[in-house]
Amino acid sequence: MTAGVPEAIIRILSAGPGTTLQDAGRHGYLRYGVTAAGPMDSLAHATANLAVGNPVGSTAIEVSPGGIEVTAEFASLSVAVAGGEFEISLDGRPLPPAAVLNLDEGAVLKIRTGRSGSWCYLAVAGRFVVPKVLGSHATHTRTGFGGVNGRAIIAGDRLRIESPGSSKPSPGAIVAPWLERPVDTIRVVLGPQHDYFADDQIAAFLAGPWSVSAKRDRMAYFLDGPRLTHARGYNIVSDGIAMGAIQVPGDGRPIVLMADRQSTGGYPKIATVIGPDLGRLAQARPGTAFGFEAVSIAQAVAARREEAAWLSRGIVVEPLVRTRLSSEFLLGLNLIDGVVGRDTVG
Amino acid sequence: MTAKVDPGRATALSAPRFLDAGEAALVVEFGDVVDPAINDRVLALDAVLRADPPAGTAEFVPTYRSLMIHYDPLLIDRDTLVAMVRRAMEAVTEGRAKAATWTLPCCYDASMAEDIDEAAQILKLTRDQAAALHAKAAYRVYMCGFTPGQVYLGGVPKALVISRRPAPRPPHPAGAVLIGGGLCVVAPFVMPTGWYVIGRTPERLYAAERKDAFLIQAGDNLRFDPIDVATFRNLEQRAASGEIVARKAAA
Repeated sequence: MTAGVPEAIIRILSAGPGTTLQDAGRHGYLRYGVTAAGPMDSLAHATANLAVGNPVGSTAIEVSPGGIEVTAEFASLSVAVAGGEFEISLDGRPLPPAAVLNLDEGAVLKIRTGRSGSWCYLAVAGRFVVPKVLGSHATHTRTGFGGVNGRAIIAGDRLRIESPGSSKPSPGAIVAPWLERPVDTIRVVLGPQHDYFADDQIAAFLAGPWSVSAKRDRMAYFLDGPRLTHARGYNIVSDGIAMGAIQVPGDGRPIVLMADRQSTGGYPKIATVIGPDLGRLAQARPGTAFGFEAVSIAQAVAARREEAAWLSRGIVVEPLVRTRLSSEFLLGLNLIDGVVGRDTVG
Repeated sequence: MTAKVDPGRATALSAPRFLDAGEAALVVEFGDVVDPAINDRVLALDAVLRADPPAGTAEFVPTYRSLMIHYDPLLIDRDTLVAMVRRAMEAVTEGRAKAATWTLPCCYDASMAEDIDEAAQILKLTRDQAAALHAKAAYRVYMCGFTPGQVYLGGVPKALVISRRPAPRPPHPAGAVLIGGGLCVVAPFVMPTGWYVIGRTPERLYAAERKDAFLIQAGDNLRFDPIDVATFRNLEQRAASGEIVARKAAA
């Protein structure tokens, strides 16, 4: 422990595969082939960080469908969970899927896959003390960059938290209606290579119905649905790949390239999922049916603006109502609304 | 000179297309083939934009034939960005600036070049012929991509133009030099590949602790210097201790 700087430890008791540390991503090095990584659902990542008073883009744990169990050592931690509808419990007492809570030393927070969603974020007030790679904590396991020695989080990891803060938040539900996102329609901007497909194939692409296949990870979501055919072949000279690019390889089965995508690639990209719908798609579970809707750049930007406005208002936390917690747990709790502004740094 | 216009050149000189990769990335496409003249235009625009990046732009990713510009559409709208790119193109001067020439040590011994015999057989060459042809050619770095520090090279001799494998082979070692689809790649990270491993360099194209973490830039020229296994082992040790074992000559 560094003298003078308060620290605590978050200890990992168990973690499903693919649970990683993610900040806003490793930006600026795509030109050298370095993947940005970063959260699969940046809106949920930002929500969890804001709820504990961290700046947007702070490092948080991205919990995979395998779930996680953690405890605190040396000091209590102020934490927030937000993302898919996971089952959350603190020392066995259930909490809502988007919640803030105080994790006392030795208390056990369990996050298990729940009714819907694929990823959730565990944000901790303060800062994770792990080495940065090219200025970022974002984990990219394929190249071993960032996170904990470039790998996913595993049971036994003890992650240092600097400046954890001394506030002990009462358990509360994060009011974030924007995280309730049905997956019936995913908005896309067509291109950059939609001219490799005839009109009827563009129509088939938009109509679907599509579902996320079981073959999916932080790099790519393979889609099940109609087979698309190319009008002009399927090999293109490699060009850049944005997150959300939907490439169609020779077999006609689209692949959505996600946070851990490669920087460049050589299949035609029929469309690109708009930024505000990336998290929505990331949360889709295998088998959930959806279609694509083509929107203009202006519509996509308007959706971004709306998203930014939600977050700029600050995160409202509601005290938990009696039906959600046992009475002895509520005894002595200070049930006062808490509003955490985005400028508040824990 | 014949009167016939080189189709690559014709494409290179036509106006670029502005394509959208979503609402936060703009593709400035100069062509759809691998061509040095097209790549020159990509890299020249990249250099001008990087020297004075428009507010709201985040990253520039040059590839063989296009420049991807990542931007924040809440800070700069698409039309403004397109107008600024057009203006930047007017500032582009002919030719490539600051292209360095690298000499990269490469060991073609079969123990380092797992696929050289297989590739030579397909190409109807002997192992030594394949290695000699590869080492004799002058290459140009078209782009970096796929993994950190990985470079894509043009200039592969016709006799070494080989189709990519129909299915990927098991992961190659770090530093593998591969050929496939008429191109050459130097791959610093262990990855499965559909290309043929025909050599290995002891140089580290990416080294986190080095001041220049990424050694080679798009637009640079490159040659391979054949080395034996003993030299490889020696250079590999020196590279591991932080030394740059490739040689660089400024343009």
